[in-house]
Amino acid sequence: MSNLAMSEVKGEDYRVWYDPSASTINCEGSLRLGGSEEYAPIVQLLEGAIASPPITLVLNLTELEFLNSSGINMLSKFVIKARQKDGVKITVRGSETIPWQSKSLKNLQRLMPSLVLEIV
Amino acid sequence: MSVIFGNFIEDLPRNTEFLLLGFSPGSLPIKQRWRNNGLSADFLADYMTTFFPGESAYKHADIKSTVSYIANELLENAMKYSDESETKPISLGLHLFDDKFIFVATNPVAQTKVPAFQDYIKEILESDTYELYVQRLEANSESDTHTQSGLGYLTMINDYNASLGWKFEDLADNSAIAIVSTMVQVSL
Repeated sequence: MSNLAMSEVKGEDYRVWYDPSASTINCEGSLRLGGSEEYAPIVQLLEGAIASPPITLVLNLTELEFLNSSGINMLSKFVIKARQKDGVKITVRGSETIPWQSKSLKNLQRLMPSLVLEIV
Repeated sequence: MSVIFGNFIEDLPRNTEFLLLGFSPGSLPIKQRWRNNGLSADFLADYMTTFFPGESAYKHADIKSTVSYIANELLENAMKYSDESETKPISLGLHLFDDKFIFVATNPVAQTKVPAFQDYIKEILESDTYELYVQRLEANSESDTHTQSGLGYLTMINDYNASLGWKFEDLADNSAIAIVSTMVQVSL
């Protein structure tokens, strides 16, 4: 089994971590980092999770209260990368009690039509 | 001299509820100030829910989410566009009307950055904003050189049905700096 260099990224208001046993990346809190450089550790974590396909990766955002446009940009770029890789499927799980998710997450599905979006 | 793009209302009436926050960029490094963007945006959002007493919890959450997202984006943009050495203040106003919120962010911008900014604004106003959004994302995925991706404005238009406008004003005393006001209108 590969040894993941980093399976958790956290800051004052947020935590992002990978649970390999559930093939799930969990994001919680408020993510408003200042651009692509600051998002790089999270991008590494996301890309690490799809490094050895086949995999069906779940992005669990049900506890992610806030995401700024740089964060939306980061997720969108990740989805474009995932789309280009054979054997990678993505499920994005959101919450209907967090209004930004119903508004913005549908764009991920437009970028990757096979992406499964579950707003629960 | 001033130039207007998009949907911009000059001289907003001040007989309704409004809040105006001011920031002096010289007083704190941008890194520490960055945290303030979120605090300010959340404060504006919380404050505004007071004026919707009879609404459901979901409506409150929706108002909070919209105000917080747009205010945060406008502040992030204002901080990014403002020159580090610049001492002119940044402000963010939020005005409540019967049928909409109007946000106005005002910040200094270097005259050298104005033409590219205005070109981008024209592109937003003349394009299918969803197509433009996808185009920019795909372009961004090839290279990471665009740190200022401009996606913030596009998400406001596409995801929040916001109407945007800009006003550029030249300063008489310092031709190297212009003042830009960005107006975002969202229906309630």
